[in-house]
Amino acid sequence: MPRAENICKSFSDKIVLNNFTHDFKEGKITALVGQSGCGKTTLLSVLMGLIPADSGTLIGFDKPISAVFQEDRLCENLTVSANIRLVTGKRFTKSEIEKELCAVGLKDCPEKPVRELSGGMKRRAAIVRALLAESEILFLDEPFKGLDADTKETVLEYVRTKVKGKTVIFVTHDMEECDTFADETVALTQLS
Amino acid sequence: MKKALLISAGILFWLIVWQVAALAIDSSILLVSPLDVIKRLGELIITADFWQSILFSSCRIMLGFFIGLVTGTVLAVFMGKFRVIRIIFSPLISVMKSIPVASFTILALFWIRSENLSVLVTFLICTPIVCSNMQAGIDSLDPKLKEMAKVFKIPALRRFSGVYLSQLMPYFRSASALAIGLSWKSGAAAEVIGIPDGSIGEKLFMSKIYLETADLFAWTAAVILLSLLCEKLFLLVVGILQKKIERM
Ligand SMILES: Nc1ncnc2c1ncn2[C@@H]1O[C@H](COP(=O)(O)OP(=O)(O)OP(=O)(O)O)[C@@H](O)[C@H]1O
Ligand SMILES: [Mg+2]
Repeated sequence: MPRAENICKSFSDKIVLNNFTHDFKEGKITALVGQSGCGKTTLLSVLMGLIPADSGTLIGFDKPISAVFQEDRLCENLTVSANIRLVTGKRFTKSEIEKELCAVGLKDCPEKPVRELSGGMKRRAAIVRALLAESEILFLDEPFKGLDADTKETVLEYVRTKVKGKTVIFVTHDMEECDTFADETVALTQLS
Repeated sequence: MKKALLISAGILFWLIVWQVAALAIDSSILLVSPLDVIKRLGELIITADFWQSILFSSCRIMLGFFIGLVTGTVLAVFMGKFRVIRIIFSPLISVMKSIPVASFTILALFWIRSENLSVLVTFLICTPIVCSNMQAGIDSLDPKLKEMAKVFKIPALRRFSGVYLSQLMPYFRSASALAIGLSWKSGAAAEVIGIPDGSIGEKLFMSKIYLETADLFAWTAAVILLSLLCEKLFLLVVGILQKKIERM
């Protein structure tokens, strides 16, 4: 079971995380909520091993991970399907990738360069990439940001079927998402 | 198609202006007409000497360009990677960018035979241009994509091509377009100063000595056409490569 223990993180003299401790339930979806600027993205970065914590221990996070970042972090010049192959290698055929993209409403996009997509389309491409990458733990930072209600419904359903059995840690500002999507909700508080 | 038509119209306009001006001035020394130039080019094009000069200069100028392209790119990578190298080479690159072709050429003549002069000069002109353009590309690499590659554990080769090359290719493309044009300008200028036997520069120099304005124009036209041809061919190859990278 992935466990974070007494994680502390400050930027110069600004304390962002102070003794954060939590057992993330294996194979379940955990929602992280909290005010803007309270340190949700920072916590994910620590858990993903992108920035070191000042102190504390991480147990059980040394598994294949995948992520939807707060910003999409797609390679703008690559086509959508090339962005996906970049992380999956040859595990999926061209038509398999097209099928996945189709499921989130990106039917016409596989061969378009990412720079030509709209914000919401990029978001969906980032989601598909994260779900097709081989992983046991998924980090989703506001994954449905910028999607209209209908699209969000489709994408949410798609994500739900794809993450079955995986440990998911996702950040949201939407309480309804917590209720319908998450198995557990953790609130982060603003420190100063 | 419509674009090509408009471009042709623009070219035609200036050819007419030129023809009218030549008729008005009416001196084959001060200004020859475009028709005279085409006629002279037609005479030259069937001589072996013409093609030998073209081959002589093209090979050397393009060789200088390629060495400069590689050196500039490699230097930019090292300058991006190691601060010491950046500190040491930055002033050199800045100075090299503003040294006149003539100064380089005269200096180069002290070191090497005039035959290979244009290789050295185009190399010296291309390197700083390519280097500073590629540096701009390397500086603009997104560190967040580096983190992304780390999270997804993308293997080295795929990471290099998909994450880095895909970001750098547009810079490489514009750097090489700029450098090819400058190569021909500086290479020809160097040859006029060094006058290596059997080069385009020698032909340009001779046309000055004998006041053969038609020759001057014909050879200049040849240089312009060659420069365009090299640029288009090279960019075509770069473009194909770029497409390949973008589709993985
Ligand atoms: N690299 C950094 N250097 C300095 N301060 C930082 C850095 N990254 C984050 N911070 C600060 O840490 C705090 C938490 O930022 P974080 O991005 O984790 O917030 P968040 O909860 O994800 O907010 P949002 O909901 O707006 O995305 C903010 O006050 C931010 O200014
Ligand atoms: Mg955030």
